[in-house]
Amino acid sequence: MQPQIRRVGIGLVVAFLAVFLQLNYVQIIAAERIAGNNANVRSLLQEYAIKRGDIVTVDGQRVAFSQPTGGRLRHRRIYPGGELYGHITGFYSILYGTTRVEDSFNDQLLGTSGVITMQDIQDRFLGSGEKGDDVRLTVHSQLQETARAALGANEGAVVALDPRSGDIKAMWSNPSYDPTPLASHEGDAAKEYYNSLDPKSQDSPLVPRSTLRSYPPGSTFKIVTAAAALESGRYTPTSVFPDPQALDLPQTTDDLTNFTNTACTSAGQIDLATAITISCDTTFADLGLKIYPQLTETSEGFGFNEPIPFDIASEPSNFPEVPDDQLPLRAFAGIGQGDVAATPLQMALVAAAVANDGDVPRPRLVREVISPSGGIVDRFPPETIGSPMSPETADQLTDMMVSVVADPEGTGTAAALGDVAVAGKTGTAQTVEGANPHTWFICFAPADDPQIAVAVIVENGGTFGSEATGGAVAAPIARQVMEADREISGW
Amino acid sequence: MALILGAAAMSLVALARSVATLTVAAPLVAIVIGAYVAAHIVVRRTAPQADPLLLPLAAILNVIGLAAVYRIDVAEPDAAYGPAQVTWTVVGIVFFIGVLLAVKDHATLSRFKYIFGFAGVGLLIIPATPLGTEINGAQLWVRIGGLSFQPGEIAKICLVIFFAAYLAERKELLAIASRRVLGFHVPDLKHFGPLLVMWGLSLAVMFYEKDLGSSLLFFSIFLVMLYIATARIVYVAFGMLLFMIGSYVGYTVFSHVQDRVLVWVDVFDPRYIQDEGYQLAQSLFALATGGLFGTGLGQGRPDIIPEVQTDFIFSAIGEELGLLGTSAVLICFMLMVARGLRIATNARSDFGQLLAAGMTTIFGIQTIIILAGVTRLLPLTGITLPFMSYGGSSLLSNFILMALLVRISHQSASAPAPAQTSEILMGGRR
Repeated sequence: MQPQIRRVGIGLVVAFLAVFLQLNYVQIIAAERIAGNNANVRSLLQEYAIKRGDIVTVDGQRVAFSQPTGGRLRHRRIYPGGELYGHITGFYSILYGTTRVEDSFNDQLLGTSGVITMQDIQDRFLGSGEKGDDVRLTVHSQLQETARAALGANEGAVVALDPRSGDIKAMWSNPSYDPTPLASHEGDAAKEYYNSLDPKSQDSPLVPRSTLRSYPPGSTFKIVTAAAALESGRYTPTSVFPDPQALDLPQTTDDLTNFTNTACTSAGQIDLATAITISCDTTFADLGLKIYPQLTETSEGFGFNEPIPFDIASEPSNFPEVPDDQLPLRAFAGIGQGDVAATPLQMALVAAAVANDGDVPRPRLVREVISPSGGIVDRFPPETIGSPMSPETADQLTDMMVSVVADPEGTGTAAALGDVAVAGKTGTAQTVEGANPHTWFICFAPADDPQIAVAVIVENGGTFGSEATGGAVAAPIARQVMEADREISGW
Repeated sequence: MALILGAAAMSLVALARSVATLTVAAPLVAIVIGAYVAAHIVVRRTAPQADPLLLPLAAILNVIGLAAVYRIDVAEPDAAYGPAQVTWTVVGIVFFIGVLLAVKDHATLSRFKYIFGFAGVGLLIIPATPLGTEINGAQLWVRIGGLSFQPGEIAKICLVIFFAAYLAERKELLAIASRRVLGFHVPDLKHFGPLLVMWGLSLAVMFYEKDLGSSLLFFSIFLVMLYIATARIVYVAFGMLLFMIGSYVGYTVFSHVQDRVLVWVDVFDPRYIQDEGYQLAQSLFALATGGLFGTGLGQGRPDIIPEVQTDFIFSAIGEELGLLGTSAVLICFMLMVARGLRIATNARSDFGQLLAAGMTTIFGIQTIIILAGVTRLLPLTGITLPFMSYGGSSLLSNFILMALLVRISHQSASAPAPAQTSEILMGGRR
């Protein structure tokens, strides 16, 4: 019987080899494809097994944390602030992925960013208790609350930052959304809420107006135009311009009229400083025509036409390239109309640059990353991302902006803050035919020792409707934010 | 001896790594080590000439299995498979020792062949009677008090003993080729009777107990032993034909058989992947995630695979220890099969040869059926992986099986060697 036994043996060996080959196929050759199947929930489970780090405000308020579920996905994300921080934290959702800080600081929050302590090693061997790092924002909870309250029911955005460090102190945009339901582990509930947010629309509450939407900046852009004029060396604050009732636009029969449809002053001419103070359109349209190349350079120095290096996704603002045969568009560019488009963040940086001796600070939303044991894993020093003007130019612009608020004739008197000098600029930007204008205000304070720079936009004039101007609608909102910061920071 | 201790030490490391409290694991490991040392001493005392590799190989597989089963307790908060499995291991080793002590000469078993035969059939049929309980869709359990038991696991040993004795007695008769059909020597038709009876029994197991794996196992083991005894390939051919008929009938009658085949054909089809194909898909994900080196002990997610502790223990090992781990396990199984068949060829009597070959083959085929199933080489049929899967019945029967092989190997080695010993498989004699 030995030969038969041997043959059976050979048969069994062949069968074992077949299993071995199949194992090679499953574990090596096709492993990546097999493991990459959507139904393989391993990586998801692994990620949810980690106690993701908290996101806290600079004053220690928890705005995102992970809560044990007792289920297979061991933690779920809770956002105690509701919609107040939705556009900052973003969400951490099974169905919809991650956004904003949850996205850009995902590795740190999961604790997989590199720094490994003894505790980590111990935890890892025991396969439990892994905890990610905490992320500390630069945002102050009280100021964020103030920004929301000040904007009220108006649709728009408020961005406030420290002009020296670039720290975002408040960043609110309305409408917003609550990230907690999106992080729900019940797919249907998450889906229902997500779809209620009109996710495909540009106007969706999911879209932060502060960073991912750009608007014509209108007259607030005159700060950029004025900076370009001063930097060109051809103009000073006292340079005199004609003050026509309307500016004759080249290459067309059209004219560009002022807001009031009259000349800006009764003197027949106007200097640059006064043109800022009372926001004279014809002057800056004229400048747009005369110093277009310089204006392009200066605007790009402020950050236009490039993505702003920021801790969360942001849209680049636009300064248009206008060919020689479309000169009227250059005139419009000079007053922040036409194809000029800026995010509220970008306009806040314009104010900040003037406040910061002409240097644009890199905006910073995350101050530091803190390990579970309390040690600082990573901190982000202030940086400069552009120098569109000299300190002298910045000083001259500051003076002009102070008179916008301080001069009784100025457009921004509603932003006045008692004995503290505020430097500001209003904007009332035409949008499409028939729609009410967007109202803007950008400012910083105190003018001689800047602590905060603010940009406010109220879409379509908010409750003021067609009568809205930046000075009437947006400036008081900016003032409330500055006032609150003054109380919080004690300047 | 060294191998046993080495394997035990490995289990210590494995257990300690994956369990938060070493204090729970340490006594269990000590118990297992103690049991194996005792088994080893008994083998040295009562069967000193026995094959020296069998017990260590079984120990290695068993402790890797223990570590993997224990590790699942860590992943599933409600599970407590580890201590139970340690208990069953100890019970299994006690039976191993008991069989070694009780069966001084395996030839005595052949005298009780009809008792074993009836016992085997009886045990096989019990689950189909009202005594049986259905667990996870297969009715192969008997519940007595709080204990549930798979009589089929013991039945397989009884039946192999019966087959070996029966075939040793009848092999000349069955091998007589009285006629020629298509150039083949074909035995008298009445000699196909036993094959048909066995086929009927297998079908009964499939129909009444819904257990494809056992059905396939019982039928194939009989076929293989019949072939070994008679060298008549025509029996195998006829057996294959019967098998195909049986499979076809099973496929048309049972929806769950159809499901198994559909899933096997395309496990990643979105229609099945969350339902019928879920278990197999998760098994493949586990293996694929493991890759060459594995995720490391304690780093995988065995809890994702339903019933991972029994049929899918191999996939859990594949995830955490990678291809290296699965290959090591595979090599251990191959070595055991090789040693078993060597014992068979060296056995003095026909009964001894058939018994050893049958035991080894049933062990080998069972291993291949489940490994091919979890790796999607063949359609999945639920069956335990010897020495590794969680489950008392399976451990018990495999330890008994191993004790009989040890006994046969001792007897053949202590007697004058058969004249025509040939070296087979993996290195031959030493």
